[in-house]
Amino acid sequence: MSRSRPEPVQIVKQRRDDALAALVARVPYIQYLGVSFDRRGDELTGVLGFQDKLIGNPLLPAIHGGVTAAFLEITSVITLSWTSQWDALEAGDPEGDAPQMRLPKTIDFTVDYLRSGLPRDAYARARITRAGRRYASVHVEGWQDNRSKLFAQATGHFLMPQQRRPDEQ
Amino acid sequence: MADETAKRAAKQAQMARQFMEAIPHARDLGMVLTELDAGVATITMPYDERLIGDPDTGVMHGGAVSALMDSCCGAAVMCHPSNPGGTATIDLRIDYMRAATPGQGLSTTATCYHITRSVAFVRATACDEDTGNPVAMATGTFTVEGTR
Repeated sequence: MSRSRPEPVQIVKQRRDDALAALVARVPYIQYLGVSFDRRGDELTGVLGFQDKLIGNPLLPAIHGGVTAAFLEITSVITLSWTSQWDALEAGDPEGDAPQMRLPKTIDFTVDYLRSGLPRDAYARARITRAGRRYASVHVEGWQDNRSKLFAQATGHFLMPQQRRPDEQ
Repeated sequence: MADETAKRAAKQAQMARQFMEAIPHARDLGMVLTELDAGVATITMPYDERLIGDPDTGVMHGGAVSALMDSCCGAAVMCHPSNPGGTATIDLRIDYMRAATPGQGLSTTATCYHITRSVAFVRATACDEDTGNPVAMATGTFTVEGTR
């Protein structure tokens, strides 16, 4: 029984980082808000770099509630899409599905605002609570200085893109 | 008495309008407050390629709709006659009913339909040029701040 040698670590990292970058770079709104992603294995953390244009309450000042919602929604959609293409990516499909992969569509999204968003960087991580073939349910948490003190959390439902079966093409 | 009420309403409306114009994110997205009257607010936002969420179709991202909804609901709370001051979002749910038509701006109307000493309840609808067929609907609760 022969087993192939594990791939060199830099090749594995490069493949994963390239696929993630391709996924994120496709969406203009993610660039506009300035959201990026940190990756540890398959785990993603969304990072919202603070900018003055994100302010919603100039008196406090605080990040706009809509920006917070958008950041959590982006983290949810990218995490869903990333997770669903992970297996194909790891199976050595060189392109992954990234360029052709359609993004999940938001059905509904509910945000709890727990504290005001301070004028600094924010982080978010999404957990897929159920990933069906058509529908997915996601819970996402956002924090700033302390991981245990969330400034917002949200749950959302998403319609998954329907993959074409090979015999359809 | 009626004169007093009208004056107060006008002052509140002016305050809310100035506040909207002072919000950097609302300004950056080109939001315009077109109606503000006793718990009802309408805000428009033009189509912008920076806001595209689906690069294949050019459809606006849901996050941009969230920003518009949140601003509009907040404005509706601020101009309600029973609200003495500012407000903050407690909770906001958005249902995305269909994709907004690429190239068309959005218009949202929010109504603060109930308010207590501490909580304001708001509903909002966002439409593109097909006004009979909403793009998204929102329900939210907001804080009621200020002294009384």
